[in-house]
Formats: sequence, C-alpha cells, structure tokens
Amino acid sequence: MRSVIAVYVENKYGVLTRVSGLFMRKGFNIDSLTVGETDDPAFSRITITLNGDDYAREQLINQLKKLHNVKQVKLLEGETSVERELMLVKVRTTPENRAEIMAAAEIYRAKIIDYTTESMCVEVTGEPSKIKAFIEVMKPLGIIEMCRTGVVSLERGGSILEK
Amino acid sequence: MKISGSRIVIETLIEQGVTDVFGYPGGQVLNIYDELYKASDRLNHVLAAHEQGAAHAADGYSRATGKVGVVIATSGPGATNLVTGIATAMLDSIPMVAITGNVPTSLIGRDSFQEINITGVTLPITKHNYFVQHVSELADTIREAFQIAKSGRPGPVLIDIPKDVQIAEWDYEPTGIVPPYPQEEASDADIDRAVALINQAKRPYIYIGGGAAGRGMTADLMALAEKIDGYIGCTFMGLSALPNSYPRFLGMQGMHGKYASSMANKEADLVIGVGVRFSDRATGNTAKYCKNAKIIQLDTDLSEINKNVKVEVGLIGNIVSSFSRILERCAKQEHSEWQQTVERFKAEAKAIEEQAEAKATTEMTPKKIFDIINEVKDETTVIATDVGQHQMWTAQYVNFERPRRFASSGGLGTMGYGLGAAIGAQIGSGDKTVLITGDGSFGMNLNELATAVTYNTPVITVIMNNGVLGMVRQWQTLFYGKRYSNTVLGRKTDFVKLADAFGLPGERVSTPEEFRAAFERAMKHDGPYLIDTLIDMDEFVLPMLPPGGSIEDIITTKEEQ
Repeated sequence: MRSVIAVYVENKYGVLTRVSGLFMRKGFNIDSLTVGETDDPAFSRITITLNGDDYAREQLINQLKKLHNVKQVKLLEGETSVERELMLVKVRTTPENRAEIMAAAEIYRAKIIDYTTESMCVEVTGEPSKIKAFIEVMKPLGIIEMCRTGVVSLERGGSILEK
Repeated sequence: MKISGSRIVIETLIEQGVTDVFGYPGGQVLNIYDELYKASDRLNHVLAAHEQGAAHAADGYSRATGKVGVVIATSGPGATNLVTGIATAMLDSIPMVAITGNVPTSLIGRDSFQEINITGVTLPITKHNYFVQHVSELADTIREAFQIAKSGRPGPVLIDIPKDVQIAEWDYEPTGIVPPYPQEEASDADIDRAVALINQAKRPYIYIGGGAAGRGMTADLMALAEKIDGYIGCTFMGLSALPNSYPRFLGMQGMHGKYASSMANKEADLVIGVGVRFSDRATGNTAKYCKNAKIIQLDTDLSEINKNVKVEVGLIGNIVSSFSRILERCAKQEHSEWQQTVERFKAEAKAIEEQAEAKATTEMTPKKIFDIINEVKDETTVIATDVGQHQMWTAQYVNFERPRRFASSGGLGTMGYGLGAAIGAQIGSGDKTVLITGDGSFGMNLNELATAVTYNTPVITVIMNNGVLGMVRQWQTLFYGKRYSNTVLGRKTDFVKLADAFGLPGERVSTPEEFRAAFERAMKHDGPYLIDTLIDMDEFVLPMLPPGGSIEDIITTKEEQ
C-alpha cells in the first residue's frame, strides 16, 4: 500500500541524514523522498512516499516523531490532498519520431525545453500515474536518460501542517 | 562576560547540576581538560583506563542515581571508543551526555589526524547528537542535550565540539537546570477503557520494565496488585523496581526468567505492560504470546505501542501518572482462583529449583553463591554485572530490595560493561558495589581495575570463573551438538596475581564456606576487592525457553537434552 507522508523539519545540519538514516535502520521501503526549504527558511518540508502495510506506516510516523529536529508529521490522504511530480526525460530523436514525441508532449501538456538534432528534453508535471504513463509512451521512442523529483503534496483547502 | 568555549562547557555542566564526569584526555579536548583542572574544586573528574570504561561508568552512575551521566573523550579513537558505551545506554534508555572534541572546523572533512565524523558514527545509537559549529550555540546546545537526554524515554546525546569552538570566546549567562520536556498525558477516555478491561479481568498480570524502575512507582505498583488481586512480573530491565520479598512479585519472566512469572504471564487474561517493549527475550515467540489475553500498554514512547505485540489499549505519555490514574479508578477485586493458580506456579517453580539443586554434582552451585551474597549484602548494596550466565543467575537469584541498585546491560548485552559501570555506580551512589562477572566478560575491560585502585572505589569483583564462555557454551550444548567452538578459553590468567599487580587485594575460593568468608572480608574492606570464584563449567542457566519458543518449550533440567 502506498502512503504519502509530509514532515516538517528544522532546517539544520544533518537533518536529512537523520531522516533517511531512520529508513535504513528500521528497514522501511521508501519510494521517494523530496525535501526543500519552506517560506520560513528555518524549516524544510519533506514529502515521503512509502510502500508498506499499516504497521510500517504507523511505525514510520511514530519513529519520525521521535527525531528531535522533526516538528510535525502528517499522513496525507489521497482524496484530501493534491500530489505533483516533475520529470525531465531526454529522448533520442530521428526525423521519423520527432512529430510523434511533440504530439505526445502536447497531449500530456508537457514542455519541450531542449531541442537538438539528436535529442529532445521534455519536462512533464503531474500525478505519479501520469508520469508513469508518459514514460510508457516515450520508451519505444528511445529514452536516453530521465530524472524525477519525487512526489510533493499539499492538503486541499485551508488545512495546513502546524509547525 | 566573555569566556572561552571550553570554559562554557564546564560552566554549563555545573549549571546543569553535574557534580561528577568520567573521561579521558586527548589532543582535541586539551582545552576542556585545562578548564577542568581550574574547576577541579567544583567538578569531580574520574579518569578511566579506557574511554569505553568511562562511558560505562557514566552509564552506571546514571542507573544508580537517576542523574544524567556525563563522559568526555577526545576526537577520533577517543570518540569511537565511546561507541559501545553509548549504544549500551541507548538500548537501555539511560540518560547520558557524551562530549567529544574534534579537529578545528578548518580541518574538518580532510581526514586530519584523529578526525572522525562521530556524529555520523553515533547517529543510530544516540537519541540526538550535535556538531557545534559556532561558540555562540555552545551553551544552549549543552542545555538542550541534557533536556533531551532526560525527557520522556531517556537516552544518550552526543555533543561534538571542534577545537576552535572550544578556544573561541562568547558571552555566557548561567541559567537554572533545564526541566525535562512536558510529557503527554493519556486521555481520560483511554484510561477509562483500560480500567474497564481491568475490572472485567479474572487473571490480571502486571508486567513491568525499565520504564517503571527507579521512577518512584514501587508503592503504586504494590497498591494496584493488591487492589485488583493481581501479580507482578518483570523484564530484565524491570529488576529492582520491586523488592523480591514482596509476595505478589514473581520476578523476571522470559528466556531465563522465573517459571512462575512466565507461567503467570501465559495464563493471565489481562496483561498490563508498564514501561516494557515486549522484547523477544521476555516474550518468546510473539506469534504465540498472550493469545488469550488482552494487553494494556503504558509507555512514554509512542513508537513502542503496537511495535512488537498488538495491544488492546495503549496509554501514551507519562507512565507514572497514567498508572496512578488507573489505580485510583479501578475497582477492588478478588480472584481466589487466580491466587490458587499462581500459588501453584510458585510451588512448581520451587520444586524445579530444588530438584535442580538436588541434582547438582558440585558443591559450588551458582545458587549457593547468590544465597551467600544475599545474606551478607545489605539493602543499599549496588549489584552490577557483565553479560552471560552470571548475569542471568544474578537476575534469577539476587534479592533486590530497592530501586536503582542494579546496573547491567540488558538490551545490547555488552560483555565488558560491568567493571566500568560498577565504578560509576559506586561513585554515584556512595554505596558498596558488587560486580558479578564471568572470566570471559571480565577479560574484556579488566583494565578498569586500575581506576578502582586509583580512586579506592569500594567495588567487589566476584568472578564466576568456569574457564569457558558459559552462555555461548550452554547454547552449543543445547542447540549445536556440543561442538564447543571457541568457548573453552584455555587461559592461564591468575586473577589473584592480576589483582596484586593492579594493587588491590584478591583471593581465590572454591567452596561456599571459602566464598562466604572472602565475601564478608570484601564487604568490610574499604576499597576494591577481587574474589576469583571457581565454578563448574557445566552449570546451566535454567529454566530456559529456547529462542523463538514459548513457555511450552521450557527446559528445566540439563537431562532434558
């Protein structure tokens, strides 16, 4: 089962190591982890997607809460939150496939951000399922390399993480 | 007033109520030791023989006093030598602050001489740790370290201070002792749910651990047992929370626990876990554990609730107040059938013990040694142990009479813990301390005898000497077809001569009479003493529940194998 967990942390020396070290120590299986500074530079927000059962999820949340630099941990439910991920994908281009790549990019509302005679780099944003679908479309066309940010997520409406 | 970082360290320690620190000097803590020298009338420093011994001493000091133990070491090897001591404290939730020096910040990350990233090394074995980057943060970092170490579920905190931060000057203003962070309190609804379960129970069993020991809960524990007509058993870490003489206290349960407490836990229809983590050593196979019982768990650490076993009601937060609220609200009960059952278990346990004693082929059985220790020691005597058979015999046979009279490595099971811990516990408590050890464990850190002699610390070392690594050998006997791989020591160490070389009296005994006489002399002696106590290598720790087994698989005699 997939869970998305938002973590508010103090923006201090070694915090990311503490959080990621916990996964190894306790044997959690993490799909993605993103981190970035918030509007208050003293704090960062981490978004974790975890693949595991209820036990793993409860343990992960409880263990995170024990870390001194962790100020808030919240499970984000799919129905009440929005999720986005960004991917850059570089595809080998030939005169034959160029049009198909550009058509796919348009349908997926992706942007072509680099264009050479040999390759194109496409930026696509969306829910992980959309990213996955786009990868499937690009695969037969010849992906050279790709890079994903991992999921970021916020709750819908006025609900926020209290610091 | 502007003072140096190293002086800020000393002033903040004193400000936080520290009176004794353990440690070992070195290149990157020279400045701190210079300030210690100047403050020697206000802060007592105990020089160990090895940083590991110093860390164990700080741990033993904390177990005996309830205060935060403090240890200081230099960078690199000094810091890494603390690792086992810090991990020991972590696994047993012992409050400790470890202070290490490091190379100046300009040299960090360059593999400088004696440089090690100790915050990285100790990340998984500390409750929190700090690398102090600027002298302006130093005093508050130390205060916060103490606060974290003693709050909630206690544990070790490490502060790594580069040398330039020790030298730099900053303003220092003393504050009071920082209080622990306020603890969560269990909700009324949850307390009521727990009370309802207790009121319905016919066979209640209170199961206490390290979280209940030394927290002033003795009277409340007894009062609840009386009120609900229940019995109490404990984990290894719960030993000494209750006097062994208390009739409703059945002692330690689990792998090498008492038959009566393991049976009572199995037969109970309600288990009230107080500051326990349902460790595999105490529960056996968790798939079979408490299948017919409901479980209430009181713990300050929310990650412990449902971690190892699924519980009916989890009371997260202040254990002491949750427990007294339960005590206040639950109904007075009588369970005569349960009483009879437990009395039967006690009788069976006694029979098993007597049978084992009757079958003894030697005169010098562990039980006889502990009977003598129990008779001669008084209620203030602190007992420390190393790890192995002697440790389990201590857990089974020593009569503890008051809390904080026991120092032993439960969770990590650190051989070599005992001597350092005994010295720390003695210095903290001011009371006579007896180290029960084995020839294997003792061999690991016996250099701390030098410390005991230097400070004339009244620690009596009782080596239960059987010439083998007894506990591992017992497993080899039971589960590895008697293939004694590397457990027969074949050493020729003369521990009496060793004592002489270190400068303390020592004697060798091989009968209970000799042991009694020697132990009485040792108890009267003002200073360290060593008794090399010869026992048979084939003595077993029994009963034993095989690993992954449960009470049905109990082994009570050697002949069963």
